[in-house]
Amino acid sequence: MSLLQMPAFGKQRPWVRTTVLRPELGSLVAAALLFIFFSIASSGAMVEIPTIARVLDTAWPYGIIAVAVGLLMISGEFDLSAGVMVGTAGALLGIMATEWGMNIWLALVLSLGVCLGLGLWNGVLVVWTGLPSFVVTLGTFFGLRGANVALSKYFTGDALIENIDEAAGYDALHAIVASVFGTAPSDFRVSLLWWGAFILIATWILWRTKIGNWIFATGGDREAARAVGVPVNGTKIGLFMLTAGAAWFVGVSNAVRYTSVQAGQGVGAEFFYIIAAVVGGCRMAGGYGSAIGPAIGALIWGIAFVGIPHAGWNSDWRWAFLGVLLLVATLINHIVGERVRTSRSG
Amino acid sequence: MTTRQLSEPGSDMTPALAIQDGPPVLETRGLGKQFRSVDALQDVNVSLRAGEVTCVVGDNGAGKSVFIKMLCGLIRPSAGQILLDGTATEFTSPRQARAQGIVAVYQDLALAPLMSLWRNFFMGAEPVRGWGIFQRFDVQYAKQAMQSELEKLGVDLGDPDRAAHTLSGGERQGLAIARALYYGARVLILDEPTSALGVRQSGAVLRLIRRVAQRGTAVVLVTPKPQHAFWVGDRFLVFQRGRLIEDRRSETLTLESLSYLMAGGGEVDELETVIANL
Repeated sequence: MSLLQMPAFGKQRPWVRTTVLRPELGSLVAAALLFIFFSIASSGAMVEIPTIARVLDTAWPYGIIAVAVGLLMISGEFDLSAGVMVGTAGALLGIMATEWGMNIWLALVLSLGVCLGLGLWNGVLVVWTGLPSFVVTLGTFFGLRGANVALSKYFTGDALIENIDEAAGYDALHAIVASVFGTAPSDFRVSLLWWGAFILIATWILWRTKIGNWIFATGGDREAARAVGVPVNGTKIGLFMLTAGAAWFVGVSNAVRYTSVQAGQGVGAEFFYIIAAVVGGCRMAGGYGSAIGPAIGALIWGIAFVGIPHAGWNSDWRWAFLGVLLLVATLINHIVGERVRTSRSG
Repeated sequence: MTTRQLSEPGSDMTPALAIQDGPPVLETRGLGKQFRSVDALQDVNVSLRAGEVTCVVGDNGAGKSVFIKMLCGLIRPSAGQILLDGTATEFTSPRQARAQGIVAVYQDLALAPLMSLWRNFFMGAEPVRGWGIFQRFDVQYAKQAMQSELEKLGVDLGDPDRAAHTLSGGERQGLAIARALYYGARVLILDEPTSALGVRQSGAVLRLIRRVAQRGTAVVLVTPKPQHAFWVGDRFLVFQRGRLIEDRRSETLTLESLSYLMAGGGEVDELETVIANL
C-alpha cells in the first residue's frame, strides 16, 4: 500500500496558488503601463531617445543601491543609512583626493574600506544587540549626516568639496565610472552598464548560489534557518556591507562625474531605495523578492520623475506620486503577507 | 477488547522483527536531569533499535520532553550516559547530534514559508557545483534528489517549485521527515507530529512513520494520542513524575491498557477516588 494513494498527499492545486510567482511581475507591469501612460500624456515626448536617456540617468543611482537594499530586505533587515553613505563616500574621496593630494585610486580604495567598515558596524550592531535594524541604521544615519558635513568643513573649510578632477589618476577613473556613450542630449552613462552588471550578479547570487538560499532562509524563518545550520548572522552582516558598498559606488561615481561633492547629499534617498525594493516585490518582512525587482522600482521612479514635467504637470506632483506608489506597493505586500500567514496554520 | 493485530490493515504495519534483536543504536544508562535541584528526570535506562517505533508517552510534566531533548542534544544530562552504537557520547548541540544521525523533527516545523520546496529541503546544506566564484547551487540535482527521496518514502508533494506555505500539515511533516532521512538520520525523533492534523492526514503521517522504521531507522515518537501510538508503536516508554515507569512491547498491551497508562496510570485511580468522595 503506497502513500501515494493517501488523500492528504499529492493533492494538486491550481498552479498560480502553489508555484512561487516571480516577485517582480507586478512592478514590470506597472513600469510598462506608466511608460505608456506618460508617452500618451506627453504626446510622444517620452519615447524620444534623450528622454529615455534622462529616465535611465535618474534611475541608476537609486537602482544600484535599491538592488542591495532589496537583498537586505529579503534577509529581513532595513538600512536607513544607505542614502547618507553616498555622501560619506563622495566626501571621503573628495577630501583625500583634493585636500590630502592623494592619488584618486588610493582614495577610492580607502573610501571603500571606510564604507565597508560602516556596513560592518551596522550589521554587527544589529546582530549583537538584536535591536530592529530600523533603529540601529537610523542611528548611523544621524551620525553620518552630522559627520559628513562637519568633517568636510573641518578639512576643506566648506561643505562643498571641489576640483576632484585635478587629482592624479582622475582621467582613468572617469573613463571607467563616469564616461558617456552617445552625444548629448542622447547621452548614456557607463554607469548604466555597471547597474546592469550589478543586477545580473545580484540575481545570480540570489537564485543560483547557496548564499542566495541563505538570504531567503534568513528572512523567511530566522530560527528555522539557524536550526539547520544557515549562518544567519554572517548573511546579514554581509548584506549590510553589500549595501554600504553599493552606496560607496554611487557616491564615488557621482563625485568623479560632477568633480565636486556636496557633503550633505544623499539625505532622504534612503526611503527611495526602500520604496523601490517594496515596489519591486521584495517583502518588507523578508523571505521573498528578487534583485531585478528593486531595479524596476527605481526605473518606475525615473519614469515618473521625468514623465511628470513632460506631461506638463508641476514637478511637485512627483512627491505625491511617490506617496501613492508606496501605499499601493505596501498594500500588495501586505496582502501577500496575509496570504502566507493564514495558510501557514492549515 | 481491541487488539493491535485487528487494527492493522496493511503490510506497512508488520513490525520488522528480524532487526529488533540487533544491537541498539542508541542507549541511555541512568540518564537524569536536575533543574535547580529538582529532578525533572531520574535514572532512565532504555535502548532504541533500528526498525522500531518507540513511543514516548505520559502525562504533562512527566519528563517526556526533557528525555527527547537530551537525546537530540538540546539539553545536557546531569546524570548518566548516552551511548551511540555502544560508545558513550556527549551531544553538545542539536547540530552535533544531527551530524551523528540523531535528528529531531518538531511540531513547529522549520520551513521558510515563501521558499520553494527544494530550497527548503536543502536549506543550510545546499549542494553546489563548480569552484571559486563560479560555485553555484546545483538546482537540477537539488530538485531530483528531493524528488527521489520523497518517492522512496511514497510521498508525492507535486511541483517542487511550490512555496512551502502551500503545504498541508501532513505534507509539511512528510517533507521534514524526508529531509531528516536524506541527511542520514538513524534515530528520528518526532515530537507530536499528528497533534495539529485531521484524521486522514494523521493516518498518512503514521503510515509514513511505519515506512521510515521499516527502512531501518529507529523512530522515537512522542504523542498524546493513545490511538496513534498504539497504531504504529512497537514499544512504549511510559513516563510519570520524572521516572520511566513502564517499558512495554506492543504485544503485551491493549489500546485500553495503553490509554490507562498514558493518562497517568495509578494517578487516575487516585483522582477517581478523590472525585468519588467529593
